[in-house]
Amino acid sequence: MSIGNILSKSSDWLRGDGPHHHIVVTSRIRLARNLAGVAFPGRAKAAERVDVLEKIRPKVESLPEMVDAVSLACQDLSPVDKLLLVERHLISREHAAKKAGAAVVMNRRQNLSIMINEEDHLRMQSIRSGLQLRAAFKAINKVDSELEQQLDYAFDSNLGYLTACPTNVGTGMRASAMVHVPGLVLSEQINQIVQAVNKIGLAVRGLYGEGTEALGNLFQVSNQTTLGEKEEEIIDRLHKVILEIINHELNARQVLLHNKPNTLLDHVGRSYGTLRHAYSMNSKEALNHLSFAKLACDLGFYGDAQRHAIDELFIETQPAHLQKGSQQRLATDERDVLRAEIIRSKMASFAPPDLESVLVREKEARGGAKKEPPHGSGAGEEPSGTDFF
Amino acid sequence: MLCDVCKAQTASVFLTQIVDGKIQKVNLCDPCSKEKGVTDPTGFALADMLFGMGAAQQIGANIGSEGVRCPQCGFTQAEFKKTGRLGCSVCYVTFAEPLKELLKGMHKGLRHIGKCPERLRLTQERDSALRQFHDDLRAAVVEEKYEEAAALRDKIRALELSGGVKGD
Repeated sequence: MSIGNILSKSSDWLRGDGPHHHIVVTSRIRLARNLAGVAFPGRAKAAERVDVLEKIRPKVESLPEMVDAVSLACQDLSPVDKLLLVERHLISREHAAKKAGAAVVMNRRQNLSIMINEEDHLRMQSIRSGLQLRAAFKAINKVDSELEQQLDYAFDSNLGYLTACPTNVGTGMRASAMVHVPGLVLSEQINQIVQAVNKIGLAVRGLYGEGTEALGNLFQVSNQTTLGEKEEEIIDRLHKVILEIINHELNARQVLLHNKPNTLLDHVGRSYGTLRHAYSMNSKEALNHLSFAKLACDLGFYGDAQRHAIDELFIETQPAHLQKGSQQRLATDERDVLRAEIIRSKMASFAPPDLESVLVREKEARGGAKKEPPHGSGAGEEPSGTDFF
Repeated sequence: MLCDVCKAQTASVFLTQIVDGKIQKVNLCDPCSKEKGVTDPTGFALADMLFGMGAAQQIGANIGSEGVRCPQCGFTQAEFKKTGRLGCSVCYVTFAEPLKELLKGMHKGLRHIGKCPERLRLTQERDSALRQFHDDLRAAVVEEKYEEAAALRDKIRALELSGGVKGD
């Protein structure tokens, strides 16, 4: 299977059918492994890295999970294809920059990707829609157990799996969930949450991992420590924290709707207007407006079809996806024009969200005693059965 | 809260920095913060300072100014300090002592209790069983319990024959 084939299909996790997928976009587990007796990729010479690749690649390709997989050497990929894989979270930015010996093997559903000669000899990742950390771990753990029978891992009885960076030693596992939390950002609670999460040994990062900006109200929460705890314990802790974050986010939205409905509705309404009518939009602006379009889905203004369209736009409006779609190199301003065009056409059928109805409901709720909490207006197709209220 | 450097005065400067994706925090008193030149937080490398306070000093003390080289990959401590990465799995042995300090601050514990490759798990269990049998055998010989010693010798042989054992 070629890269064109695989990339023409959207990733499995984009279907957005996992538990809590309204707030938890994806769950990912990554395991780092190295071969014993060979320098880590950062230290190894090009020839050594190629040796490692030749040793590992056939084993990975012959995994039962990798039937129908695509196996790509980084140096054979165009810059656009590499960026495209980064945008789909199939490879890291660092890996995209690597040359001799670096490769990636991924399955057709794109929920399993194995990088060879990234920072470690093996970086194996499993990705799922919604909050499915345990399922993601189960999948990648199986792959790891299959590979360990054929490869001699660098393992120390005290320190566990040895990794290039001491921050990964032990389990070599990074578990992370990407959460969409506009409520926490708007109500300015996000910093508090980040601090609280940091205190219990978890890290919060932006959309594309380490050192990246938090765009579109999207954050990645992951474990910081890898030594001294079992994999399952780390995952359980993260799972519980994500459930807490979901609750806080739902709460924040409800409080906003109740106390500052105009603030919330203003964001939703303006984003709708901009997305529907802009003729040039950079990627940052698009992500931020799409975030509020996603929120509009959660609020019940749109149905599942529209929700899916919005989720796809998050990926399709990324720079490499735009370039690939247009089959030609585009300058930044051309990309901005194309991005706005794609968004306009995909959202052409979106009726304006019935924001007034929310205000009316809130007034009623305030006027009367404890009434039923408000429900979606159903302005879209069918209400999405959101777990928001 | 006491200053992390002098551990005598109350800290008044609280620094948080993200290094390699890890949040590190340091609390300093006024004089120490001046001494360390913490005037411009952006240009101030917390990692270097943390190293200076713990691991790097130890490495320096243990290996002198020349610096230890990893016998397998030739990696030096200076390179580690620069990149934050190790060169190969043997580096974990080469720099074991200073790493211990570093790992203590980074992780929940110093011993891996998670997954272990199946092959190694069996080997490890066999190795520790073998060690125990050898100890028992020596004791039995000293105490002239020859029947027991013979039984132990048979157990050792059987284990060693089961393959993949690092005999000693």
